[in-house]
Amino acid sequence: MTFSRLGLAVILLLATLGSATAQKQGGTLRVTHRDNPPSASPMEESTISTIMPFSAIFNNLVVFDPASPQNRYDKVVPDLAKSWTFAPDGKTITFTLQQGVKWHDGKPFTSADVVCTFDLLTGKTNGHLRKNPHKTWWFNLADVTANGDYEVVFHLKAPQPSIMAMLAGGFTPIYPCHIQASEQRTHPIGTGPFKFVEFKQNEGMKLVRNPDYWKPGKPYLDAIEFSIIPNRATMLLAMQAGKFDLTFTSDLPPEVMKDLQSQVPQLQCELQLTNTQGNLLVNRERAPFDNADIRRAMGLAIDRKAFSDILGHGTFAIGGANLALPDGLWGWSEAYMETVPGYSANVEKSREEGRKIMQALGYGPDKMLPLKVTTRNIPDYRDAAVILIDHLKSVYIQGELEPIDTPVWYARLARKDFSVAMNVQGTGVDDPDVQYFENFLCGSERNYTSYCNADLEKLFHQQSEMTDFQARRQLVWDIDKKLQEDGARPVIFHARAGTCWWPRVHGLQIARNTIYNHWRFEDVWLDQ
Amino acid sequence: MIDYLLRRLGLMVLTLFGVSVAIFLLLRIVPGDIADIIFESAGMVDPAEKQQIIHDLGLDQSLVMQYLHWIGGLLHGDLGYSYVSEKPVLQEIAPRIPITARLAALALAFAVATGVPIGVITAVRQNSGLDYLLRVFSLLALSMPAFWLGLLVLMGFVNWFGLLPIYDKAPGTLGAWVLMMVVPAATVGLRSSALIMRLTRSSMLEVLRNDYIRTARSKGMPERTVTYTHALRNALLPVITTIGIETAFLFGGLVVTETVFNIPGIARFLVEAIRWRDYPMVQNLVMFIAVIVVTVNLLVDMAYMIVDPRIRLRG
Repeated sequence: MTFSRLGLAVILLLATLGSATAQKQGGTLRVTHRDNPPSASPMEESTISTIMPFSAIFNNLVVFDPASPQNRYDKVVPDLAKSWTFAPDGKTITFTLQQGVKWHDGKPFTSADVVCTFDLLTGKTNGHLRKNPHKTWWFNLADVTANGDYEVVFHLKAPQPSIMAMLAGGFTPIYPCHIQASEQRTHPIGTGPFKFVEFKQNEGMKLVRNPDYWKPGKPYLDAIEFSIIPNRATMLLAMQAGKFDLTFTSDLPPEVMKDLQSQVPQLQCELQLTNTQGNLLVNRERAPFDNADIRRAMGLAIDRKAFSDILGHGTFAIGGANLALPDGLWGWSEAYMETVPGYSANVEKSREEGRKIMQALGYGPDKMLPLKVTTRNIPDYRDAAVILIDHLKSVYIQGELEPIDTPVWYARLARKDFSVAMNVQGTGVDDPDVQYFENFLCGSERNYTSYCNADLEKLFHQQSEMTDFQARRQLVWDIDKKLQEDGARPVIFHARAGTCWWPRVHGLQIARNTIYNHWRFEDVWLDQ
Repeated sequence: MIDYLLRRLGLMVLTLFGVSVAIFLLLRIVPGDIADIIFESAGMVDPAEKQQIIHDLGLDQSLVMQYLHWIGGLLHGDLGYSYVSEKPVLQEIAPRIPITARLAALALAFAVATGVPIGVITAVRQNSGLDYLLRVFSLLALSMPAFWLGLLVLMGFVNWFGLLPIYDKAPGTLGAWVLMMVVPAATVGLRSSALIMRLTRSSMLEVLRNDYIRTARSKGMPERTVTYTHALRNALLPVITTIGIETAFLFGGLVVTETVFNIPGIARFLVEAIRWRDYPMVQNLVMFIAVIVVTVNLLVDMAYMIVDPRIRLRG
């Protein structure tokens, strides 16, 4: 018995050693891409269309553990920062930087680059950025200072454990100081494992191995080629024919992924929470939706499971503003969710409550409240809006679909030119700090419904400063419950979508709770 | 003849001026502009940053100034910069024109090479089994949407041969080009082929009933000479018109084919540029397509004169 256990241990050890040394150098990874990225600058965009192809050009100070499928603020590992220490008061973080790192143009990387990057992100300097969509993430960052060439100090206004999550996210690459930040949109230069070669509009992007990469032996691939194939049917056929190694991340709705796998059983596919949520926007500044009771009744009409069944073939997750457990880190437990209005498994009971509210306001089967459900005119939004209109009928609300062209969608939201809207939005990092400060802070640009609750804002800050995970999560749950009760932006579903790759692709670790990270490609290799 | 050409050239300039004004105004009437679109990928709009973008791109100038700026640049060979890629428009458009041109030329060659002979054969052998078969086939080709046929062809290639004839990377030789383009060209050319075949057939049937054809036959002229020298030449005028129209269509209307076969030509690029409200790109691409259309029209009119000398005499 002891011998066989020993033998098994030896076999496992050999297998581990074998797999650790099995990586092959060379080859070009061919990846499909869904559309034309707006630019090559991750700092200026919020779309995965930019993040997936261009993240491999850069490094962050720290990254989410690439071997872990769940991104968590307490599981970050060194990148350009080789170590860091928190001051006892939690308000200062000192990062010691890697030495000998070079930018792709040969210039040395120093602490000045880190300072420049955070001056851009916090809006202290502009660098001719067209936009700075993640500025709100750095609400707590007072200053970043250099201490010599290889040490930087982050000065926080208050302790904030989650700042590590934001530093590790795909939207926080370190940019070089000696190049105008606006140039990163067309010709990105980083310190990452791959160098930029070309970005042909509507055609594709090409990266090649950085031979001077500061992590010895990495990357394994010679090049990565992304081909833009906007037509999904063509993309699926191309994948089926083996023309590509990997699909664009989360490009496959659950039923499409299932079908592709049935056509090509050897493909490896994974469904992941995209950190994209469908939510209901109610303009609380416009009558009669300034009445909290009407907003509450609308929330009670929603059958979230129906959305999941219809749109996601039962794979979508149900939760509040934060991603649902177990893939997400901050979602409610099932028992807690039962206590949140509108989230009960007994939908009919919730709707009955909603009808009573509406009847008290003078509405009924013979006097429905008419409204327009505004949404972006693309399938992901439109399909959800149609289901929403159907659900609202159960509380005497007669909705009419108002599809809006993409070019004017956010302009309409920014002008608050809607009464009720169906929205789908992504969040870069699964963390309450990102979620609350980006979407629910009074005056935030992404706070489409103008929700503003000073008491809750205090709690936003309070949870942000907490170091005890369990205690913080409890508070996050309570905040999220309050947001749903207030109808701030009722969350309807958390979408899941699939990514597939051929078995020849190794070293790819997809995150379960976001699509925006793990695209450095430095551990990926091809067995061919 | 020279007077005629000068008159036509003058009309061409007027037409292009009209197109330039129309496209310029239409683009600005459509809701949303590049500043809105740029924020689409950020999921928010910052009013101050938006205003800065509008200012940087000169969109806060009057419409007249914007138009004059564009046309002035165009006349000097400066097409401006793309709002999206921030590269010179010419640099973006130039590599795509040969791709679409070759695809269109190949599709047109396929359409003419199959449509005209089949049209003649079905006319000469009117109401035969072959005629019925080819007419049914032509109706099918006309009825099938290009995207559906394209996908069907791709599925067939993947399932039967395990390969996919879509654009991958620019081929190095002309032969490789033809190989890559032959399937999409045949797919898009099939509809044009069916159209040309049906027009050729009906036109030939009309001509074959004329007295001079009967006279030619009664004089003992070989049937081949009667068909191809006397009948076909006289039946070609409407066919040439159709070829002209199809050429113009193929240059600007290949969106579906370029999308299904993933070909980075100008049609797909134009649609994307419109989506982005990339005014310099759209304006210059539309002007380019307009130049092609009016030039093809001129060439068609000149071809009339070659095919039918009576037109030249009347002109």
